[in-house]
Amino acid sequence: MGASEGALELVCPAGTPAALRAAIESGADAVYCGFRDETNARNFPGLNFSRDELRQAIMFAHYKGAKVLVAINTFPRAGDTGPWLRAVDDAAAFNADAVILADLGLLAYAAEKHPNLRLHLSVQAGAANAEAIAFYVEAFSVKRVVLPRVLSVPEIAKMTRAVPCETEVFVFGGLCVMEEGRCSLSSYASGKSPNMHGVCSPASHVSYKEEGGSLVSRLGDFTINRVPSDQSVGYPTLCKGRFRTKFGAAHIFEDPVSLDARVLLPALRDAGVKALKIEGRQRGRAYVSAVVKTFREAVDALERGEAAPSGALTALTEGQSATCGGYLKTWR
Amino acid sequence: MMPRAITLTMGPVLFNWPAEQWRDFYFRIADEAPVEHVCVGEVVCSRRQPFYNSVIADVVERLERAGKTVLLSSLALPTLDRELRSESALRESSQMIEANDISMLRLLRPRPHAIGPLVNVYNERTAQFLAAHGAARICLPPELPLASIEAIAKAIPETAVEVWAFGRAPLAISARCYHARLHGRMKDSCQFVCDQDPDGLPVATVDDQKFLTVNGVQTLSHTYCCLLNEVAALADVGAASLRLSPHTVDMVAIAQLFRDVADRRREPQSALTALRAICPGVDLSNGFIHGDVGARFVTA
Repeated sequence: MGASEGALELVCPAGTPAALRAAIESGADAVYCGFRDETNARNFPGLNFSRDELRQAIMFAHYKGAKVLVAINTFPRAGDTGPWLRAVDDAAAFNADAVILADLGLLAYAAEKHPNLRLHLSVQAGAANAEAIAFYVEAFSVKRVVLPRVLSVPEIAKMTRAVPCETEVFVFGGLCVMEEGRCSLSSYASGKSPNMHGVCSPASHVSYKEEGGSLVSRLGDFTINRVPSDQSVGYPTLCKGRFRTKFGAAHIFEDPVSLDARVLLPALRDAGVKALKIEGRQRGRAYVSAVVKTFREAVDALERGEAAPSGALTALTEGQSATCGGYLKTWR
Repeated sequence: MMPRAITLTMGPVLFNWPAEQWRDFYFRIADEAPVEHVCVGEVVCSRRQPFYNSVIADVVERLERAGKTVLLSSLALPTLDRELRSESALRESSQMIEANDISMLRLLRPRPHAIGPLVNVYNERTAQFLAAHGAARICLPPELPLASIEAIAKAIPETAVEVWAFGRAPLAISARCYHARLHGRMKDSCQFVCDQDPDGLPVATVDDQKFLTVNGVQTLSHTYCCLLNEVAALADVGAASLRLSPHTVDMVAIAQLFRDVADRRREPQSALTALRAICPGVDLSNGFIHGDVGARFVTA
């Protein structure tokens, strides 16, 4: 396996060693994963890798011809940056194919301490224009940037031509409505932040209650949605909530949808994008297998110049509905 | 060692105010507010920039004549060529630029500059990196707790560390305009409906809890962050400056309260009572600096 030169690289989520094996066996060119602590942006209970697990996972992946990208993409805590530095050191020691970083200080550390370690710029860095990307490339020799989900396909094409590094874009899974890495909505409601704690709308602060014929979902003290008891209320991710303004109650930021950019794969390839990323390190093995297989087939069909098979992934999307999100300018 | 006297900075107006109101606000700040630094410039939406072009020179001149140091604030999320060109043009000005996006760092090098609160500075390593690349001032993200502010300030003694001390906290920025979306419009044909909400458009939960505020592509807190109780602690940990973010309330009076507390001419509790009278109906918060839920007001 492994993407041939010029081919689109399929980058797949691995929240556990089992998901990592499933992703690779389903056709992932690369998997991304993190250590079991707040150094990565999916710091959820029961997820992620111990040191031993990651070492073995990288050996397994390399044996199978796949790459492992280690996400160390939260922002180190002031006065206690040690865990983040150790995460970079250990990823390098275990022969990770790249680390995915967002913090300037951590990028500076990795570039200086591990000059041969390949650096990818995390979507959490929110590098949304060619000047910002050029800054990271010049300062830290970043080799690839994961683009924020705020850019349209023509903008991605233009930027990919303009920047001196590879670009990677999200094609499936959870969809941030806000620019990644610059959102403290979760922190405002729960005290737990994506940037500092690696969590957004964390389950530890979520509650569901039956109240007078309604089902209510809350994050901290704040109601995120309220539906009649016979309906399903969904997970209360803050930006997908239903809120009230002078115009009435609505999903004012985004409907509970997730990203499915399969129809845009030809356009993304023509835009010069190097890698396609599937979100979902919090997802189980079965989900990862199904999504990775579908995208493997779609990418292979694209390479052969054939139409992508229209396999159904609808059941796997949030709220069972999908969007192309910011890739289409009408979304704005 | 006696901590340096803490200074005050008036942040940029984040909302879409009519040009005349915007100009008169800054004129009054120039004439009356006890602040050392004043940030001027559109941060949230480039579509609003043309409105201020006719008055910005007068505003800068009036502020400088009054002895204020002017910082020109850059856009938070430039993605279009036209936006990058206007960012680039900021370099031609004689005032210090406040960078609100990493793209400015490359454009500004090696000129001394300020880092705005929308750039992620979470730790001393990042602060040191930025200081080494010319950051003379850094306004930290509003969600940082006091311990982080202390560690950062200690690590960069030559750089002025500023803390978000008054006003709705900026919580998120997006490519999507929520004002336009709520009005059933597209961003590119928004008809500038954000001008209807000079302090932002209130967003409540469906249970009518006041929660957030929409300001075009930006989302802010419903509460006004207020760190009057924390002024002394911030001075102790080495914060050089407090940022006051403009609202339609009497910002001169707000600045005076912070000045009086910083100078120990007034007890924080008494200043807080006065501030609540200046901002009737406004809910306050200080949770972030206490490492708590950001929306809360923690009484020590």
